[in-house]
Amino acid sequence: MDAPLYGLVLTGGRSTRMGQDKAALAYAGRTQLERAMALVSAHVDRAWVSVRPEQRADPVRAPFAQIVDTRPDIGPVAGILAAQQSQPQAAWLVLACDLPLLDEATLAHLVASRAKQAVATAYRSSRDGLPEPLCAIYEPRSHALLESYLQGGRNCPRKFLIETGAQLIDEPNPQALDNVNTPSEYGAASERLAGNHMPPKQLTVQYFALLREQAGRREEALESAAGTPRELYQELRQRYPFTLGSEVLRVAVNSEFADWSTQLRTGDTVVFIPPVAGG
Amino acid sequence: MAVVTFRFSHAPIEVERLRRMLADPGCGGFASFEGWVRNHNEGAEVRHLEYEAFEALAVREGERIIQEAITRFGVTRAACEHRLGDLSIGEVAVWVGASAPHRNEAFLAARYIIDEVKHRLPIWKKEHYVNGDSGWVNCERCATPAGEAPHSHPRG
Repeated sequence: MDAPLYGLVLTGGRSTRMGQDKAALAYAGRTQLERAMALVSAHVDRAWVSVRPEQRADPVRAPFAQIVDTRPDIGPVAGILAAQQSQPQAAWLVLACDLPLLDEATLAHLVASRAKQAVATAYRSSRDGLPEPLCAIYEPRSHALLESYLQGGRNCPRKFLIETGAQLIDEPNPQALDNVNTPSEYGAASERLAGNHMPPKQLTVQYFALLREQAGRREEALESAAGTPRELYQELRQRYPFTLGSEVLRVAVNSEFADWSTQLRTGDTVVFIPPVAGG
Repeated sequence: MAVVTFRFSHAPIEVERLRRMLADPGCGGFASFEGWVRNHNEGAEVRHLEYEAFEALAVREGERIIQEAITRFGVTRAACEHRLGDLSIGEVAVWVGASAPHRNEAFLAARYIIDEVKHRLPIWKKEHYVNGDSGWVNCERCATPAGEAPHSHPRG
């Protein structure tokens, strides 16, 4: 049985240079934490927010399932270790909370490139060629190695990935992992996202067979901010009691088979195709 | 000029008409396949069936399959018709035919078409059982109850 993939968004950082909590920064109307949780949730079975004990009741973090750090002052490794201790059988898709430009395609590519036999799978930075440890998948076997790394007095996750020979892959979008540490970087990213921010799309969704019965309708016109069929199905699963996971479905856009990460546009008609049984 | 046809029918399939459509003076062989509604599946007694399709996409993909069969096996004509709606035991659910100068190409093309149709076309079958239950074939077992990890599932 493969290890399940869970998501973890790290929010325990001190945001010292920013001067305010990076998880609470708003981009195009949503907090960075909301954006990160929505992105990661589309790719994992379950997702949590990693917090320090004193952050538990914080209004930005309180709406989400949380995993609390048990060891202070060792940086992001604390969050990863706490998550691994709580669910040792899982692999963890770990995300920093200061990547406002992170996009659907970058996460989808990471998940598709996951090397289960490696300690971890991470992006190779387009700037310096080194691993990006905070948009990466940590396999269950990395837990013991990370513990002994910490016992050895070290806590830099980037060096950990270098030394353990993590699988490194290239970024599909070189800006996606630019992090935001200062008010001026926040201003630039925020402007960029406001410019890119698409108004909600008008979409038509048609339902067939089991999905038609579970949705209680054949077709509907809806307004959605979903950028891709993957995000749209995630959104529809909140609304209808669909029993089929996206892994057994195919997608069609405008009556042709399409990829789960196709960019949706206003006017598109989307169909999710349950396992077929013709003949 | 090869004739390319894939279509759906809500009425009983007229096998004779389809067979005549594939007749060609240059053809010495004709092979057809009929899929029938049977009265049992995986241990359950079936009372009747219901077929549903995403027709816009299925017709396009069905035409592609027929074209592939013609190109791949060099048959002269090929066609497929699939029923939709409620079907009783013994009815023809799908008909496939191919005509060619010689029998081998016709057999191979008919086999190819039915296999691809079953795997690729967005068509779904709901079985209604004698005991009153019903279920969408290939969909009920791959459902993911909340909180459980999904398992992988071969398509088709």
